Amino acid sequence: MLIERYIYLAIALFCIGIVGVLARRNAIIIFMCIELMLNAVNLLLVAFSKMHYAVGVAKNATAGIDGQLFVFFIMVVAAAEVSVGLAIIVMMYRNTHSVDVNFLNRLKH
Amino acid sequence: MDISQILFYALSALALGSAIMVVISRNPVHSVLWLIITFFAISGHYILMNAQFLGIVNLIVYAGAIMVLFLFVIMLMNLNAETEPQKNKWLKLAGVVAGGCLLLVMVAALKQAEVKGQVAMLGTGDIGLIKNLGQALFTDYVVPFEISSVLFLSAMVGAVVIGKK
Repeated sequence: MLIERYIYLAIALFCIGIVGVLARRNAIIIFMCIELMLNAVNLLLVAFSKMHYAVGVAKNATAGIDGQLFVFFIMVVAAAEVSVGLAIIVMMYRNTHSVDVNFLNRLKH
Repeated sequence: MDISQILFYALSALALGSAIMVVISRNPVHSVLWLIITFFAISGHYILMNAQFLGIVNLIVYAGAIMVLFLFVIMLMNLNAETEPQKNKWLKLAGVVAGGCLLLVMVAALKQAEVKGQVAMLGTGDIGLIKNLGQALFTDYVVPFEISSVLFLSAMVGAVVIGKK
């Protein structure tokens, strides 16, 4: 499969995530769109890892394995981020009884 | 057109369609369910590229653990389509236009890319198997692996401290 098809797919997924972050006000939906953007990047990293494997397998039997390990670490960081982020959203809901991000402008007081 | 190409296009259409449904559905619970379908499609892409370990981990960690956490929080707060905060129409339109501009710029930038025409091999290669990944993880990447355990510990402490207030 040509690499640019994967690039177009990942760009489209990433831009859908950007539109979700910009156009929605529900904090949880914004958080889910961030996860969507992370996954678009993960998909692209795996595709590039397979591309480098195809190029460099003659010299090095594990060429391109770094890309897949980066994806693994991104998943680790995303899991940690979700646990803290959802705790923050729950605390915000307890204080304001809403998940509307516009209420967060009260943070400056 | 062979079977892997058909699978590629079907999984891509599924991923894009359900990603759009995540953004446009009013009910947050429906958004979570559409996002799970997106993650399943992306896992299908990983398995198509023979990255089997990442495909399974994506299912377990994302579609399993993280999305259940989201669903749990949404149901705890009793959110539904009626309590959904609405932005005004022009702000939504501005968001869509901004995202579309980003898409346009990125696709235009790709026109001159030097990777064009290279191939990501489907269904072959054994770098995605757990044996090779584990060997690289515990030799070259053992320090980041240990640091990520500290990250998890601090995230756990942070979540407990924030939640107890």
